[in-house]
Amino acid sequence: MALNRRVFLGTTAALAATLTAPAAIGQARPRVVVIGGGAGGATAARYIAKDSKGAVDVTLVEPTRTYFTCFFSNLYLGGFQELADIGHTYGTLAADYGINVIHDWATGVDRDAKTVTLAGGHTLSYDKLILSPGIDFVDGAVPGWDVTQQNRMPHAYKAGSQSELLKAQLMAMPEGGTFAMIAPPNPYRCPPGPYERVSMVAHLLKQNNPTAKILVVDPKEKFSKQALFEEGWAKHYGGMIERIGPDFGGGNVKVDAQAMTVDIDGSVETVDVCNVIPAMKAGRIAEIAGVTEGNWAPVNAADMSTKADPDVYVLGDAAAQGDMPKSGFSANSQAKVCANAVRGALTGSKVFPAKFSNTCWSLIAPEDGVKVGATYEATPEKIASTESFVSQTGEDADTRAATYRESLGWYQGITADMFG
Amino acid sequence: MRALIRSSLLVGATVLATDAPASELGDAGRGEKLFSQCKGCHQIGRGAENRIGPHLNTLFGRKAGGLEDFRYSKSMARAGAAGLEWHAETLDGFLENPRSIASGTRMSYRGMKDDGQRADLIAYLRVHSDSPRDIPEADPTASGTDHDVDPEILAIAGDPEYGEYLSSECKTCHQSDGGDDGIPSITLWPVEDFVVAMHAYKEKKRQNPVMQMMAGRLSNEEIAALAAYFGALEED
Repeated sequence: MALNRRVFLGTTAALAATLTAPAAIGQARPRVVVIGGGAGGATAARYIAKDSKGAVDVTLVEPTRTYFTCFFSNLYLGGFQELADIGHTYGTLAADYGINVIHDWATGVDRDAKTVTLAGGHTLSYDKLILSPGIDFVDGAVPGWDVTQQNRMPHAYKAGSQSELLKAQLMAMPEGGTFAMIAPPNPYRCPPGPYERVSMVAHLLKQNNPTAKILVVDPKEKFSKQALFEEGWAKHYGGMIERIGPDFGGGNVKVDAQAMTVDIDGSVETVDVCNVIPAMKAGRIAEIAGVTEGNWAPVNAADMSTKADPDVYVLGDAAAQGDMPKSGFSANSQAKVCANAVRGALTGSKVFPAKFSNTCWSLIAPEDGVKVGATYEATPEKIASTESFVSQTGEDADTRAATYRESLGWYQGITADMFG
Repeated sequence: MRALIRSSLLVGATVLATDAPASELGDAGRGEKLFSQCKGCHQIGRGAENRIGPHLNTLFGRKAGGLEDFRYSKSMARAGAAGLEWHAETLDGFLENPRSIASGTRMSYRGMKDDGQRADLIAYLRVHSDSPRDIPEADPTASGTDHDVDPEILAIAGDPEYGEYLSSECKTCHQSDGGDDGIPSITLWPVEDFVVAMHAYKEKKRQNPVMQMMAGRLSNEEIAALAAYFGALEED
């Protein structure tokens, strides 16, 4: 062994690193391919590369060169962030962490050959594959809407050009016009997201178009932080927001993007801006890889490996994992558990027990922030909630302002944790 | 006791009403009360030591980042190397908006906006600065280490490797480079202060619900491991 070590060291320094890797002796460095550069994928790639100190070859596949975080995109709509503030690039992950960043679409996964095909024609081999593709929309979820209509009726539920489009439409809305939001059924990305969006749109309209109306068409009886949002809407935007729940036909809606109409249980309304947030499913590559059941990919709570394949992991929104909400914070938390397990499997490093947590901050109005959070543990069945908290109605202004400032700090923290 | 509280409230009200320019010497007595905002991290007076922040005896004339046995942020060290020294005028600017003077300081303090309050605080700092003989023969005023954490818990030697893994959960919000924007830096905290703070959250003596929840499920060994890790963390 000592002789081998000298020979290896003499050959190439990079190979020396793999000497501690039982799975990799005598071959190239073990390879991890991560698909999706958001809160799950970027975090997992960064932690595996950082903690393995070069012993693992990490490739990150992400189509966009500038990634706009979905979290805080509502604050852009409300005028509290510039779009550039929520855009991030991958230069640090490539330069400082040695991650091979490929801007391309993953179009195929062959789990027997352990390869990933890219739209550009290349094929990547992997020992471990991590999928963190976020969400796609369920076809036909809102009759009359599909992605070909997204410029007339934006979803703005993947941030970037869609967020910009929705904001431009809101700014161009006629005086006293109507903004309609078709809210999604459970489960969906960012449970408080649609309602924070309603708050931010209300704030924007209050400044620019105070006689405008907001119509929320919702198939759900209840929603995240409902008491907090409803208290805030009454306090800050009295009379502007109307929500139609399932009791009044909110679950039976169709749209006509050309006519700009919303049909709620047979009653047709003409609106000026319509934000359609359809039912969601795992990003398409999870389905292509054959690791989904129904709309989502079931995973093992201990390490985020899929039930279908121990060498394929799914993080974040796309995973069916149990009790965690589909949030950027959750994806980031799951990524660290996964990175620890993947590195352990490939290099023999110590694997510590899984711990998960989540906190979701929402902004209701200037300096009026609220939060909800929980801790979780891995059980044989699922990721199970252990403890939780939520902001209280009637909190004083100082508490709400501190909560908002805390959310700004969290944004800086999590984006540094994702992108280096 | 009640009368005392009432009179100190009155003092507080007067302080708020004061709008004296910072160049005038403030009232060290009022400054001592204001120093309670600093005590969590800084010690001053006899026996003062470096804790989360550097001790503040003999501060006047000290080069920024100038104590050899304290690990400053790179930003503060750079400010010192560029010639920043602490005097009434520089302290006034720093206390008004710390980040405007040292953008990457780990000091989790947003700034004191009232000119009169800053003058009072600076007057108090000055009392402990001119020379060692000016330090009153009183007990140290800092109380950042007042606690009832069991000495056996404080004596647990943390495993930094385990701490590094656990720290990944902290780093979703707390930036390892010590950046602080709404969420305080915990990088390079002394081990004891870290352990005391986490147990205070665990017992719900400190108020933030996120931290109560996070600390609530950490064992004594895990808290020690995190303290060991963050206490020795190098800036990126």
